[in-house]
Amino acid sequence: MSRSLLSIDELGADGVRRILDLADTMAEVNRRPNPKVPALRGKTVCSVFFEDSTRTRLSFETAAKRLSADTMTFAASQSSLNKGESLKDTIETIAAMGVDAFVIRHRSTGAPWLVDGWTNASVVNAGDGWHAHPTQGLLDAYTVRTCLNRPDGFDGLRVAIVGDIKHSRVARSTTAAFTALGADVTWVAPSTLLPPVVHEHATDRLDDVIGADGEGLDVLYMLRMQNERMTEALVPNLREYTTRFGLTAERAARLAPQTLVMHPGPINRGVEIAVDPSELPGAVINQQVTNGISVRMAVLYDMLSIGSDPTSDIVITDAVAAERTEES
Amino acid sequence: MQDRAPKAVLGSEDVRRATTRMAHEIIERNQGLDGVVLIGIQTGGVWLAEALGGEIARIDREIPTGSIDASLYRDDIGLRPVSPAAVSDIGFGIDASTIVLVDDVLYTGRTVRAALDALGDYGRPRSVQLAVMVDRGHRELPIRPDFVGKNLPTSTAEDVSVTVEGVVIS
Repeated sequence: MSRSLLSIDELGADGVRRILDLADTMAEVNRRPNPKVPALRGKTVCSVFFEDSTRTRLSFETAAKRLSADTMTFAASQSSLNKGESLKDTIETIAAMGVDAFVIRHRSTGAPWLVDGWTNASVVNAGDGWHAHPTQGLLDAYTVRTCLNRPDGFDGLRVAIVGDIKHSRVARSTTAAFTALGADVTWVAPSTLLPPVVHEHATDRLDDVIGADGEGLDVLYMLRMQNERMTEALVPNLREYTTRFGLTAERAARLAPQTLVMHPGPINRGVEIAVDPSELPGAVINQQVTNGISVRMAVLYDMLSIGSDPTSDIVITDAVAAERTEES
Repeated sequence: MQDRAPKAVLGSEDVRRATTRMAHEIIERNQGLDGVVLIGIQTGGVWLAEALGGEIARIDREIPTGSIDASLYRDDIGLRPVSPAAVSDIGFGIDASTIVLVDDVLYTGRTVRAALDALGDYGRPRSVQLAVMVDRGHRELPIRPDFVGKNLPTSTAEDVSVTVEGVVIS
């Protein structure tokens, strides 16, 4: 149990496994005709997004609703931030309304840690700057675990993460989650798109990683080429990027059919993936979205099922204590 | 509960005989096995549901057997750590069926209450019956078993463990 989920590193390998095990239970709930359980009745989850998002915000809100929690949404563009209210005042105001968990996305690295320090509620980092997006890492790990049937870990699994590593919080969190489970992760990017702290396995040769026979990889993870970066002259032009780092028809044909192709979305069609993903036998991009709900349900349940503030003395009555012994 | 030496109340033979008797009672009560399915409550009830299923198959015929984890329906989430231990597995429709819900120990009745709520999300059974190996008393809800292996008066300080090897109070 943890009170907040800020990064994969703080969650730890055991925490990653715990969330993924719990996600199996949540996935079973999601397969039912009525995918809803009463587990978090009376809890309130507030999403606070200072950056645009479609899938992450909807995914968290769906997850909260399927656990019967109430949801609130804070959209920065329609808020009193425009009147000059600070982040701290905003969070304290919302917290005073009785919120059990904040799901926060902010353009500044570290913002969720600040928020975590200001409130007794749980905090989930739904993306901070270039830094971390832990639930994306968890849902990617869960997708690999279920699609390749690797419940016991990823020892020996060969993963390539391709694209704009430098500006990608997804790359960092997904690398951390895969590595925590034992996978070998290689970063593939032009040197201008690698972070200053170089990963031990980094290369700019995608074809070498895939291998001549296409058997060099178990997971090919394509990152979104962020168009807004083009102005910074980090790559010569998008066509050359696609030729060197994109999943072209030639590379797709060479790829072994069991190799998973993943993407955090939204896809720049014709740039990082230049073929129709629905025609790739190993593409699991839609499963990533579906699994995101189960994984976020697991995260919310893991945090909120112990009460919003575990530092307080949880009252355990005799009957509950006795029942616990009975079930242990 | 720490100073008492564990006391074996039933041995493996007793558990086996009780299982056989309960299997016969299930068939008798339902006048056959039409529409009857077994669902064990995770985790303690699962082996017993399978054992009952084996006995029923030996006596008459095989019937569908599944398992349900009721953790997400408990009323003490937030009061204590409640973590699902296993994934529910009900590979058959339960509408209009007669469900025999199976658990190892019946105590406060709160687990059964949670399991009944969980079953409601899978469909609408015609009826639900309850089979337990040990009824240890101390009910907190209006729930009673239909099939009992052994009635065992206990104190709330005691711990009852039920396995295929037998029943132990400690």
